[in-house]
Amino acid sequence: MFKWFGKVNFAPYTKVSEFANHLKDGRLMGSKCKQCGQESFPPRADCSKCLSGDFEYIEFSGEAKLLSYTVIHAAPTGFEDVTPYTIGVVDLKETGRLLAWLGDTISEDEIKIGMDLQVVPRVFEELEEIKVYYSLEKPGTTWSVGQSS
Amino acid sequence: MARVGIIGIGHGQFGRRSDATVQELAFEAFREAVADAQIDPKDIDGSVIGSVPEYHKQRSLPGVVQEYLGLNPVPTWLTEVACASGSAAIRTGWMAIQSGAHRLMAIIGCQKMTELSTPEILALMGRVGEVQWESVFGTTFPAYYALFAKSHMHEYGTTREQLLQVAVKNHYYGARNPNALFQKEITIEKALESDPVSDPFQVYDCCANADGAACVILASEDIAKKSKKPVAWLDGVGCATASMSVLRRPSLTGLPSAEEASRIAYKMAGVTAKDIKVAEVHDCFTIAEIMAYEDLGFCAKGAGGRFIEERQSYADGQTPVNIDGGLKAKGHPIGATGVSMTVEIVKQLRGEAGERQVKNADAGLTHNVGGIGQYCFVHVLRRD
Repeated sequence: MFKWFGKVNFAPYTKVSEFANHLKDGRLMGSKCKQCGQESFPPRADCSKCLSGDFEYIEFSGEAKLLSYTVIHAAPTGFEDVTPYTIGVVDLKETGRLLAWLGDTISEDEIKIGMDLQVVPRVFEELEEIKVYYSLEKPGTTWSVGQSS
Repeated sequence: MARVGIIGIGHGQFGRRSDATVQELAFEAFREAVADAQIDPKDIDGSVIGSVPEYHKQRSLPGVVQEYLGLNPVPTWLTEVACASGSAAIRTGWMAIQSGAHRLMAIIGCQKMTELSTPEILALMGRVGEVQWESVFGTTFPAYYALFAKSHMHEYGTTREQLLQVAVKNHYYGARNPNALFQKEITIEKALESDPVSDPFQVYDCCANADGAACVILASEDIAKKSKKPVAWLDGVGCATASMSVLRRPSLTGLPSAEEASRIAYKMAGVTAKDIKVAEVHDCFTIAEIMAYEDLGFCAKGAGGRFIEERQSYADGQTPVNIDGGLKAKGHPIGATGVSMTVEIVKQLRGEAGERQVKNADAGLTHNVGGIGQYCFVHVLRRD
């Protein structure tokens, strides 16, 4: 159910839609090609290295380092109510990168390029429909709905 | 290889053009280019339109432009690679002439960006990035370049002042370009008072949407050699791509597509960065011009901030850059920009740039970026 992913979702149908189910259960998943073993984040169904379409999900630790960030003041449609918000790009410990909001556990004056962060699966609890995402938090922060990850 | 030459140039007024349709804008630039080339439009055997369709109410733009320019029944087609669509049109015109299929073509970059309402623009703004994994967090175009800026500042010590010095320079030259949207100089103090957009960027770090058109006439070598005006030869034609997603880039301090496109263009033209006497680069945000200095080899990696601080990109510096005001002061009608850059370089090569003229301009370069570097076109132009 990839339509669950993101405050505004533009790509509800994808071959990696199970990603959002895993995220709802508190797990951050990347992909691994069953043919050549290449690992990816964001996950992808089709291998860019050997072109195989045979893949499996592997769980990532969520351990990450901040590569860059910015505070967005001029927001696009659907994000007006959370402005200003801070996005960060992180290098994941296993492989690949991820872009997400910096969460409540980090104050703006603490943000430093190179700092350690934890990617935490999250649910928009104020919404009736299921909406999941992930945020960048202080190392040691666990999943927002109380289940240990 | 035979050469392809630019024998005519035309450039309309950039700005909020509520007075004209997109085909009427295209006509202004086309009429000027045909007159400049001193050709009979009946001899034009095809056109290429560079434009980004989602901004226009009119669908399938080449049809309406071709009819309005009176060019039926010769062929036309559209090229679209976001903000580099204009240079893609020039590249495909070059290819068409090199193939022998065409000999004399009108290349038109045209765009109306003010047809859309603010809500429509804000919705489009939310989909500039990779929509599956990035746009879900409300990324914007300035935000991506802000990530580059933060990374560049962290890695190389580039300063807030150096970023704004790019805007100050481009407004200085925009004030001397009658086709520019903003024809007034600015100061760093004034820029620092502008509203925040995506830190470190404020309004004055960002180029503005605009309406406008530009046109060049491309000719095969035999036709170009009969031209009455000095020919600007399209001697280096480089093009490269990089990942759509910012998550799959090797670094956030430069554009790998720009490095690769310039390497190809320099090699094809048999020149190096030192031979370039004047350049038009894609300064959609202040950091973009600083990264371009480095990606194009005008200075070492990481030295872009000092390059502008030492005024090396002013008209009397080492490599003059954006001496027409750049995207920052001219405005950025996205489909027209690559052709507009080309028009300026041709003027400089001919010695027709007036008070903006750079000395000894015998080789020039355009650097036109689509999106956040997903596409980059670098063209080297020379006069004999």
